[in-house]
Amino acid sequence: MNLAESAAPRPTDVYFFATCVVDQFFPGAGMDAITLLEREGIRVHFPDEQTCCGQPAFTSGFRDEARKVAALQLSLFPNNWPVVVPSGSCAGMMKHHYPTLFEADPVRSAQAVALSARIFEFTEFLVHVLGYQPEDKGADCTVVLHTSCSARREMGVHLTGRTLLGSLNGVTVAQQDHESECCGFGGIFSVKQPEISGAMVEDKLKSLKATGAERVVSADCGCLMNILGHAAWKDEQDGRKTPSLPGEHIASFLLRRTAK
Amino acid sequence: MSEHNLNFMPTEGFRARAKDVVENPFLRQSFRGAMDFLITKRAAQFPSPEELETLRTLGEQIRQYNLGKLPALLLQLEENLTRNGIQVHWAETPDEANAIILGICKAHSAKLMVKGKSMVSEEIELNHACEAAGIDAMESDMGEYIVQLAGEKPSHIIMPAIHKTKEEIARLFNEKVPGVDYTDNVDELIQIGRRVLREKFLVADIGLSGVNMAVAETGTLCLVENEGNGRLSTTAPPVHIAITGIEKVVEKLAHVPPLLSLLTRSATGQNISTYFNMISGPRKPGEKDGPTEVHLVLLDNGRTQAYADEQLRKTLQCIRCGACMNHCPVYTRIGGHAYGTTYPGPIGKIISPHLLGLEATANMASASSMCGACGEVCPVKIPIPELLMRLREESYSAPHANPAMRGQGAGYSRLVTSIWRGWAAVYRSPALYGAVTWLGSRFRWLMPAKQGGWTSVRVPLKPAPKRLRDMLRERG
Amino acid sequence: MNARDRILAKLNAAPVLPKADPDVASWYETHRNQESTADKASRFRSCIELAHAEVYAVTQASWLQKLWEVLTAKQIAKLLVAPGTAHGQRAINELSPSDVECRAYDVPIEDWKTEMFRDIPASLTSARCAIAETGTLVLWPDADEPRLMSLVPPVHIVLLDAATIHNTFYEVMQREGWANGLPTNALLISGPSKTADIQVTLAYGAHGPKELVVLLIGDEA
Repeated sequence: MNLAESAAPRPTDVYFFATCVVDQFFPGAGMDAITLLEREGIRVHFPDEQTCCGQPAFTSGFRDEARKVAALQLSLFPNNWPVVVPSGSCAGMMKHHYPTLFEADPVRSAQAVALSARIFEFTEFLVHVLGYQPEDKGADCTVVLHTSCSARREMGVHLTGRTLLGSLNGVTVAQQDHESECCGFGGIFSVKQPEISGAMVEDKLKSLKATGAERVVSADCGCLMNILGHAAWKDEQDGRKTPSLPGEHIASFLLRRTAK
Repeated sequence: MSEHNLNFMPTEGFRARAKDVVENPFLRQSFRGAMDFLITKRAAQFPSPEELETLRTLGEQIRQYNLGKLPALLLQLEENLTRNGIQVHWAETPDEANAIILGICKAHSAKLMVKGKSMVSEEIELNHACEAAGIDAMESDMGEYIVQLAGEKPSHIIMPAIHKTKEEIARLFNEKVPGVDYTDNVDELIQIGRRVLREKFLVADIGLSGVNMAVAETGTLCLVENEGNGRLSTTAPPVHIAITGIEKVVEKLAHVPPLLSLLTRSATGQNISTYFNMISGPRKPGEKDGPTEVHLVLLDNGRTQAYADEQLRKTLQCIRCGACMNHCPVYTRIGGHAYGTTYPGPIGKIISPHLLGLEATANMASASSMCGACGEVCPVKIPIPELLMRLREESYSAPHANPAMRGQGAGYSRLVTSIWRGWAAVYRSPALYGAVTWLGSRFRWLMPAKQGGWTSVRVPLKPAPKRLRDMLRERG
Repeated sequence: MNARDRILAKLNAAPVLPKADPDVASWYETHRNQESTADKASRFRSCIELAHAEVYAVTQASWLQKLWEVLTAKQIAKLLVAPGTAHGQRAINELSPSDVECRAYDVPIEDWKTEMFRDIPASLTSARCAIAETGTLVLWPDADEPRLMSLVPPVHIVLLDAATIHNTFYEVMQREGWANGLPTNALLISGPSKTADIQVTLAYGAHGPKELVVLLIGDEA
């Protein structure tokens, strides 16, 4: 599906909402996503006041706290430009939960609904808005793609990452078992229920490794933090010095493969 | 509320029980294998995404339509059942329901009750009540029979003995059933169960069953099953007692086929169950078999609390297919017993707080990664993740007047609340956020090596040396 | 107030959220085809065979011969029949000279329950109609052909007229006007009794019939 041909004209400007995880833990992924967008001739605006979408508090049952944080973000995107988010779960929060979060506040509710329509997950934006056709310049390799539950079930953009990787000539995308199953992150869940979350990420890593892929890519840094954090822990346990399964954000992978 | 001392384990022990299963590779593999099997079978039943989606929408509409008219439909059901000769009883609590059932047993000097599968009877712990009253209550669903013989509880609402291997069942039969040699041949094990239970069906005084749907316009009780024990329980003994939650009523017979189709395809991946048993009355004059008395017990047990709230009411749409637990990565890792409630898995997390109060279930809702698999497969589109978040909110917020739920605020902690308030104070302020994250990146080496549950299987989290905003600033 | 009044009071105090009556009919119209009698018969057959039932195509003239063959092949010497039905009478008349004994269900179950549970190897009933979509027999047991006939004997043999096969369950209840009145017990049967309760391994003959045989009566060949 290439919506770019039928939909609105190609935007000249976008906002970039990095998410708190990318800002603090995966800044390289954010940088690469911005570079990739700019290379496509798009001006990328990064509102400096941005913090977090509010999801950690929201899913923990602290709606008031989530609302306060969300209200800040709501005010950061005044122009009618798309807002690109390099995370399915934060995009899902802003697109689907902001409107209900501000239900009781007519002004902010209207803002939230309007913003909702402009929220795009990064791979969704590349495929459906830009019609991005990457030209692969890298060596042949096999990767495995992990898609977050929010990207899959909330945003419905589980196919766009696969589309992007599939258009790279030298890249084989391996198929893991239980692909659609959660990696066990779930934010606070990973801390509150470490046994269950640990079992889930253990199984996820096994499935990913069983494919024989050289690396894992994902469009969600929350999942990556969990999966790679467990992979590194496992490597330490096994006395390995090099990562048994390296991984990165899909933006970094795409940028490297297509670098001139 | 009820004085009845329900035998359900408090959620306090949840983590420990979950840990036991997680650390048992054999059980883990057995749950994983069984759930994979059910997931695959369900998927094969819905080859067309369009059909699945429109049928789920229809199922949701049917359930919501009927819940919208619930009080009127219950009266209509009562009237038509009564006209058909079925005696209707109402119970607000498990104690009341047990008292009604025991009363009927007593009136017939009953010694033996055979039970078809009924989760509501588990909910009220009927077997305990019968035991105390000197009545032998015998489970006849193969899985329930095995679980009862082992002195356990069901670990899955559709497959009660899913946690047991055939070898364990072989040993159990060898030990507990007189005259049975060890065999782990599944066919032989089932035939042993059949032989034992046939003798019970022959002499039982009372047959007890659940209800999958009750049709108001015709006064009909519908039961879905594969084994035939449900039919035997409702046909062979002289008295049949059915028990159901008040939410199971539908107005029209025409509502039944879509729900039946969704139920069997979602539950076990069958296009239909072996039997669909529609009971509209006791034996009529001239008929040669069937019970001479049929009773229906309508149970509330907290359902009216869910009903009172527009959002929470969606909990009652459930048709008890179990697809949410089959697809739940948490259930798959820990099995049903860890939950310590009658209904495990995602549906258990959202229904149990109404049955047992949030005091006993406050932590259940937190045991979810919010992956959304349950909501995605629910045949009647219950927004389970949304309801889990609502329950977290009800549980963790400070106790207040007129709460929507019994036990509201049971999970409230001044400390946790102030942590979230502090978090919000930082993240709503660009300046504070900037300062805190700047410090985090500069003093990243100060991050502790042990970070609670996170580092049990992961390396510690450490902020990057430069934040994205720093990198952008430097780039100019 | 008793429990009934208290429950109803709580429900009546809740917000009223009326919803439109869902259009079940149009879902079936859009999603299920109307098939020819032959197609329905073949869909019915393949579905119920998948569920482990045996199906034999017979005619009005030939079904007794097939019945006898089935019983002989299974070494069944006693058949439970309903003497008040035409097919039951025909079985009594035509099987009696053979080595198959026809046991008539002619008295209330209380008078012979033990025999029913222990000494009846097979039964013969008719089906009221059937459902092609799911391979389902529809039975309305009555005073002549009581409920336990299709449940207790280990082998259940069913006569079905192919002309009575409907496309869907929804169609059956609409065409036959079930909403206007149902018997004390209406049954859908879609194969022999089964269970997968032990390690999800399928086993037949859990509590009901171990074998289900359908004599599918079609036109003369």
